[in-house]
Amino acid sequence: METVISILIGLFFSIGTYLVLSKSLIRIILGTSIISHGVNLLILTMGGLKRGGAPLLGGIETKFTDSLPQALILTAIVINFAVTALFLVLSYRTYKTLGTDDTDRLRGNVDE
Amino acid sequence: MTFLPFIFAILIPFIYKLCGQKIHTGWFVVLVPLSLFLYFLQYIPLIASGHTVKENIPWMPSLNINITTYMDGLALIFGILITGVGTLVVLYSIYYMSKKREALHNFYVYMLLFMGAMLGLVFSDNILVLYVFWELTSISSFLLIAYWYQRQNSRYGAQKSMMITIFGGLAMLSGFIMLSIVTDTYSIREMLSKLQVISEHSLFLPAMILLLLGAFTKSAQFPFSIWLPDAMEAPTPISAYLHSATMVKAGIYLVARFTPVFGGTSEWFWIVTGVGLITLFYGSISAVNQKDLKALLAYSTISQLGLIMCLLGLGSASLYFGKGDETVVYAYAVLAAMFHLINHSTFKGSLFMVIGIIDHETGTRDIRKLGGLMSLMPISFTLTIIGSFAMAGIPPFNGFLSKEMFFTSVLTAAEHSVFGFKTLSHFIPFIAWVASVFTFIYCMIIVFKTFMGKHQPEKIDKIAKEAPIGKLIPPSILACLVIVIFFVPNVISKNFLQPALHAILPGITINKIEATIKPWHGWNTELLMTIGVVVAGFIMYKLLRRWLFLYDIYPKALTLNHLYNASLLGSEKISFKVTERYMTESIRDYLVYIFGFMIIILGSAIWLSKGYVINVANDSEINMYEAGIIVALVISAVTVFLSKSRLTAVVALGALGYLVSLLFVIFRAPDLALTQLVVETVTAALFLLCFYYLPELRKEKTRIKFKLTNMIISLGVGTIVTILALGANNHRLFASISGFFEDSYTLAGAKNIVNAILVDFRGLDTMLEILVLCIAGLGIYTLIKVQLAGRGKE
Repeated sequence: METVISILIGLFFSIGTYLVLSKSLIRIILGTSIISHGVNLLILTMGGLKRGGAPLLGGIETKFTDSLPQALILTAIVINFAVTALFLVLSYRTYKTLGTDDTDRLRGNVDE
Repeated sequence: MTFLPFIFAILIPFIYKLCGQKIHTGWFVVLVPLSLFLYFLQYIPLIASGHTVKENIPWMPSLNINITTYMDGLALIFGILITGVGTLVVLYSIYYMSKKREALHNFYVYMLLFMGAMLGLVFSDNILVLYVFWELTSISSFLLIAYWYQRQNSRYGAQKSMMITIFGGLAMLSGFIMLSIVTDTYSIREMLSKLQVISEHSLFLPAMILLLLGAFTKSAQFPFSIWLPDAMEAPTPISAYLHSATMVKAGIYLVARFTPVFGGTSEWFWIVTGVGLITLFYGSISAVNQKDLKALLAYSTISQLGLIMCLLGLGSASLYFGKGDETVVYAYAVLAAMFHLINHSTFKGSLFMVIGIIDHETGTRDIRKLGGLMSLMPISFTLTIIGSFAMAGIPPFNGFLSKEMFFTSVLTAAEHSVFGFKTLSHFIPFIAWVASVFTFIYCMIIVFKTFMGKHQPEKIDKIAKEAPIGKLIPPSILACLVIVIFFVPNVISKNFLQPALHAILPGITINKIEATIKPWHGWNTELLMTIGVVVAGFIMYKLLRRWLFLYDIYPKALTLNHLYNASLLGSEKISFKVTERYMTESIRDYLVYIFGFMIIILGSAIWLSKGYVINVANDSEINMYEAGIIVALVISAVTVFLSKSRLTAVVALGALGYLVSLLFVIFRAPDLALTQLVVETVTAALFLLCFYYLPELRKEKTRIKFKLTNMIISLGVGTIVTILALGANNHRLFASISGFFEDSYTLAGAKNIVNAILVDFRGLDTMLEILVLCIAGLGIYTLIKVQLAGRGKE
């Protein structure tokens, strides 16, 4: 399972990077979203997969999966969400102000 | 005492403000060098009797950097020259600089800064303090050259001198640091007690070369001499003071000061002597072709400095011999060097002042426009004759004595050839002789082209007349010295030269008879050489027009100035081109660099550490249901990648997010699954909201363009991450600490371990994460609500 997920993470990173390298701002944001999914999965995989029950006490399980990565990912998801939301609105605003979402056309002027 | 100029420099603007209109500020300034001069004079008997004076002011004691002043014969010569010539130059500047038109407060502040820095330089025993003063002379010289900053030539000259002397200064600093690493001290005194360690260390040669770079750039030695002629844009008192008598001799001082450390080796001998000879030769030949009197004097300064440098190089050989006849013979060269140093300061200072007078009285310094001033300016004429003939080495002026001593030294060097260069050393007297002939020629040019011939009043702007008496006094004093020194050279020898010799060549004593300078030696080779110089020089001067065209043959493109300018422009152009090449202003290119370097660095690190282990033995099992989810994940990711329309991409991204939360369920992470579901929903909604407001765009409907670089980079990133993940998974170095958190019920009273970590064990993370959300929310609000100023006008 870990090997398969690792390859899946690699695929996410590849696709995400390719999207980030594109011209369109929206594709760049899509790319970062995919990369963040890859990162979350990577953290989880590094903690070991399916090596016990859910980290909830009081059940019949006595052996739990690693709880620390889960806490880390939870934080990461929320931060990612905040950043993605900000980026989205930023690209929206960029579009409104400059009339384009092509990064090639967003270059600075020569004298700036 | 050496700090007096600095303290006074602070007061200058106030003095200028209070009574600058009524009394020339220079009258106040002149007190500083005068009192210092008198102060130094009282040390002469003490130093001459072989004593030294040492004082210590703590500056950074913990770093072992203290302002240690050390006065010996060498430092005293310089101290007296700086203050003595300084007094005369300030006096001269009172009559030269107009108190109505010039910004005198700037002038005297810079000048006092320079004076203080120069005094600090020669009296410092600590090399780092010496370096500080060294750079301060560079900076104050820079300020003084660009004194008339409205003129482009002044700025060019100042920049050039700054570039070259700072380059040398920095080289010298690294040489100093090497020396201090080798000897573990910053004190020159203490270095002298560790000569054995220095000469055997591998840093010996690098330190020597770097230090000499500093000395050669400052003293305008070949090929770093190019800044000096351009520094002539400075006011004439400055040219007289800095660029003939004092600052350019800082390099000489440095070489003399470090002769006991490095001298006695063949490298030092040949570098110093060779560079000195080349400079002597180059300077004297270039001077003949100059049209501007100040430029001519600049080249003559270069040439004379080369002469002194050459003598110091020759003199260093006596350290090699230790004791014996040769020692004394070579030590004589050092005596000659110090003697010529003093002589040069006297006659060159007076020559510069006279040229300044001619410039003021006629309005030009161009030799082609001048002529026939002898009857109009008789005193200036006399002074010029004294200065020029002293420079040419004609009796009864002091230049004759030091030139004779120079010939003696080069002849002995040819006789007792050292360090293996037997045939080469025979050229030394010949080169020296040719250079002297050229020196004679340009000295004749100064005198005869300016004062003889036909007066051409139509070519000059002013009606030529003799200068006011005040302007003539300082050069007259120097000219008197030129003659007085000729008649009583042994007073100078006893009080200045021998203590200096003792400082430069410690442990080598030269007896009284050897150190006596005689005006008349009898008919020896040196005298014959001098007669030869006069005869040959006179003939060549008479035929000047016949061979001056030879200078035009030399291609302009190969002159040192042209090379300097071209290299400066070239490096500017190249760096601009290089920067333009990689700074493309496109974010995609920068991302390619970042990802590319990430791949290279991580890839090579994995390769070198052999971290690429793939081991499926410890993997948990995978069933059909899970396999289905993974396949679905791959499909949705590819859909996001390939979709033509934004909407498809957003929906596919949503699907991907939900599938990931399904994976979280499988991997026993209920809280994650819950959060992921919610966040994914909201994100998808946000995406849709954004798109709804974005206007339709035709190009949005196109598929992503294929690009090979991007493909390679992204595949590389994916591969590296996969290898990294697999490698890390198979290299578990120690057990997880999560066992601690599983005790959360007793520790924190919580049954949900993840939530206990979030709010109890690691609550700080959560707090800051909330802060991130708040900031993002505020940011979004601002972005939407706040309109940019001036937007409405467009």
